[in-house]
Amino acid sequence: MSDTTSRISDNIDRFFDSDVWWSFKSSKVTIGAAIVTVLIIITAIFAHWVAPQNPFDPAQLDLLDSSLPPVWYADGTWKYMLGTDDQGRDILSALLYGSRISLMVGGASVVAAALIGVTLGLLAGYLGGSVDSLIMRVADVQMSFPAILVALLIDGVARGLLPNERHDELAIWVLIIAISLSTWVPFARTVRGSTMVEKNREYVQAARVIGRRPVAIMLHHVLPNVMGPVLVIATIGLATAILTEAALSFLGVGVPPTSPSLGTLIQIGNNFLFSGEWWMVVFPGIQLAVLVLAVNLLGDWLRDALNPKLR
Amino acid sequence: MTASDEPSDRPLLEVRNLRIEFPTRRGTLVAVDDISFAIAPGEVLGVVGESGAGKSLTGAAIIGLLEPPGRIGAGEILLEGERIDKLPYEELRKIRGKRIGTIFQDPLTSLNPLYTVGEQLIETIRTHLPLGETEARARAVNLLEEVGIPAADERIDHYPHQFSGGMRQRVVIALALCAEPRMVVADEPTTALDVSIQAQIISLIKRLCRENGTAVMLVTHDMGVIAETADRVAVMYAGRIAEIGPVTEVVKHAKHPYTHGLMGSIPAIGHDVDALTQIDGSMPRLNEIPTGCAFNPRCPKAFDRCRVERPSLMPAGRSSVACWLYEDEAKEAAHGG
Amino acid sequence: MAEATIAAEKPAEAGNGNDMLLEVDGLVRHFDVSPPFLNRVLERTGRRIVRAVEGVSFSIRRGETFSLVGESGCGKSTVARLVVGLYPPSAGTLQFEGVDISSPRARRENPTIQSRMQMIFQDPYASLNPRWRVADIVAEPIRVHRKGVSRTDVLARVGELLRQVGLSASDGEKFPHEFSGGQRQRISIARALAGEPEFLVCDEPTSALDVSVQAQILNLMKRLQKRLGLTYLFISHDLAVVYHVSTIVGVMYLGRLVEWGPTKELFGAPRHPYTRMLLDAIPDLEMSGRARIPVAGEVPSPIDPPPGCAFHPRCPLASDRCRQEVPKAVGSATAAVACHAVEEGRLPPWHGA
Repeated sequence: MSDTTSRISDNIDRFFDSDVWWSFKSSKVTIGAAIVTVLIIITAIFAHWVAPQNPFDPAQLDLLDSSLPPVWYADGTWKYMLGTDDQGRDILSALLYGSRISLMVGGASVVAAALIGVTLGLLAGYLGGSVDSLIMRVADVQMSFPAILVALLIDGVARGLLPNERHDELAIWVLIIAISLSTWVPFARTVRGSTMVEKNREYVQAARVIGRRPVAIMLHHVLPNVMGPVLVIATIGLATAILTEAALSFLGVGVPPTSPSLGTLIQIGNNFLFSGEWWMVVFPGIQLAVLVLAVNLLGDWLRDALNPKLR
Repeated sequence: MTASDEPSDRPLLEVRNLRIEFPTRRGTLVAVDDISFAIAPGEVLGVVGESGAGKSLTGAAIIGLLEPPGRIGAGEILLEGERIDKLPYEELRKIRGKRIGTIFQDPLTSLNPLYTVGEQLIETIRTHLPLGETEARARAVNLLEEVGIPAADERIDHYPHQFSGGMRQRVVIALALCAEPRMVVADEPTTALDVSIQAQIISLIKRLCRENGTAVMLVTHDMGVIAETADRVAVMYAGRIAEIGPVTEVVKHAKHPYTHGLMGSIPAIGHDVDALTQIDGSMPRLNEIPTGCAFNPRCPKAFDRCRVERPSLMPAGRSSVACWLYEDEAKEAAHGG
Repeated sequence: MAEATIAAEKPAEAGNGNDMLLEVDGLVRHFDVSPPFLNRVLERTGRRIVRAVEGVSFSIRRGETFSLVGESGCGKSTVARLVVGLYPPSAGTLQFEGVDISSPRARRENPTIQSRMQMIFQDPYASLNPRWRVADIVAEPIRVHRKGVSRTDVLARVGELLRQVGLSASDGEKFPHEFSGGQRQRISIARALAGEPEFLVCDEPTSALDVSVQAQILNLMKRLQKRLGLTYLFISHDLAVVYHVSTIVGVMYLGRLVEWGPTKELFGAPRHPYTRMLLDAIPDLEMSGRARIPVAGEVPSPIDPPPGCAFHPRCPLASDRCRQEVPKAVGSATAAVACHAVEEGRLPPWHGA
């Protein structure tokens, strides 16, 4: 027990002594981006405590408060800081709950895409030959379909196969599968490239001489050494996934309006843009842009920090 | 031979109290610490040491190619009495082809893969010498013949990748010599080559420099190469010169305990020993250099003073040694002479 | 298949008198470096085959050090990798204590044999997994080959191994990047010893190290050989190192063994012109001022080796026969040379070292 705890504290010490932490501390933009990202994630996770109201609980909605402008307008109130929509939903609350769904869908699709991509990349890079050719040709084909087309296809198939009443509850899963299927290729390509370098390094040959099986070598030796770039792609991929989710939801193939994501909110708000109620679309839009920008900045920093040439 | 017998009054190159440092976030690392030496015209000075001893950095500082963040922290470098360590980049670049030639370990990095060998030679010749295109080409062919490239007038139009490793290093030597420099800095010129090619390249460098009276600073980790080529040797350890003197003296009668151990650790054919002499431990990292003599924790003869006070080079026999063991001898020599 | 049945009968013989640990016979390894099929068709080029090893035979006696020496590209490292099974041979046989281990399948069927041989690599910076702690690196062979050993026992054994190679048991908690090149090579040796092997293949174990560190590692390897009764296959380009460590030396040139023999005989009276050339090329530390005969030419490409004796373009003794006919090794199992000039008695006396 004490052995493992001392190892963990040792690892923590190592992290705070590392070049990655150093480069983080010396970049103001990165610190800002990290604060924004963490803030958005925390407020999203704890939305049911942070948000002034639960926008999905009809009992808390008051139609008399519908379409109120933000607080700085004459008829705005502090109760609804960023205004309300046509059903009396607090925009701020909807935004926090919406971010939760966006982040969840984005995060889950990136994890799924990384799982698919890393596995296939490892296999292709380590085994080579016909396995490699097959996987990479599939990847090439995949890359020639835009994500939205893949999502529409899966959504269509799912709708055809599943009974109508289950559409809404499965919509999120369809979305996650669609996004991950269209974003695994960069993971696979990068991991394949790094694996092909690592498998010829002498420590992998040493493991082979020791008599370890290929799967064990891939998991214990190669994988830990190719994870750096995966982390970078995953971070930038998170931003892309959130955007893709927003686009799909905007087009109506995404999450249902009963549990709106940022994309759904923008789509709903879009209908009211020309009637002057701009806040319904602009605030979710800003939230989306800020989140994606912050995550992208983090990804850029991570790429530089993990680049061995700059270390 | 002639050069070491009677050194002329003004050295060709003089390095005084050179200090090379690397600023890092954990403080400034001193990679080369207060070293001084001189090279006479036509002399071959070997600089040996293990990796990390600072020998290559010293060479890079002389030709003005220290890679940032490395910088010259103190000291001066004089070429024919003129300071060159503070020169702007452009002027240094001119000195670097014209008055100091360079030969690096990996011939591929010194040649541009996109141009033929001839184009690179002719360009360098015309940058530094007032020659026309045809004259420059003739000189280039001459040079290639001189460095032992067969069918030089044909090979001159080939690209670097069409040459083998040994031939490429010959081209690099031709390139280094094409403006008739007074001095050549050769950094591990034979390390990337096979033994049989090594011998060819060493004798080539030796012959060319003797013929043209060019001085050479030969940086290498290979004592054998030094013994074959150099007139004098400087042995470096942890950024300092441990011992400097005529090659026969240093190789056969090593004075500094480090040099002594180093010579004993080299296996030799016909020399039957069960175990080689070994110096325990390893050279300290730059952030862990001990006080006093940098070698004291590994030195079998270290005493109290070695752990406190850093010895500077003092004369001992025909060499100079940075070791407190030779203090008395040095004092006697000073009083007697 | 036929070999497998013969091999099955051999161990009894191996037990009494035959103390050959490893026997290599007619080993061949080619690498196909051709461009892809489509490019070959379009560019009308044929296959390009690197003939890295072209029929090498030798045997290593238990407790001895057999060295392979030669210039880069001569195939010595490929032989090392064939012996430990990193590549399967294109032809030829490998026998360990009389048991055939030529094919990957034969190796899988004899897992105990694989666990009795280990390898030490050239580059101490690439041969240790940078993400693993030293204790885990050293413990890997134990965990693979001796399953069911308790965690404390493994750690105790790792500590013992680290002390055996001159490190301390507490070094196991550190990561490879915290060590110098020489210390990393010690960790490599500790890992190789962890599976309690009898046979170590050392591929240029000191050529990436400084001379003073090289001396430490060579001394350590010799000490361990004595204490543990190890057998070494030692690969190096450095003749002085080879002289220092070996019992038997084999000289390779372009995929073939051109001469082999007991160390002192080979270095004292080299017969093959290539061996002589290599010995002549060593820089002279004694500074006796002996004039060296500069050697002309370079090693040809193993893709397109010269016909006949591969050394003939650089050989001062080459005759028409040398340009056409590959010389066969003539001599005993312990000392032989493959040279027409030697066979025909055209060899001038060696000037002596």
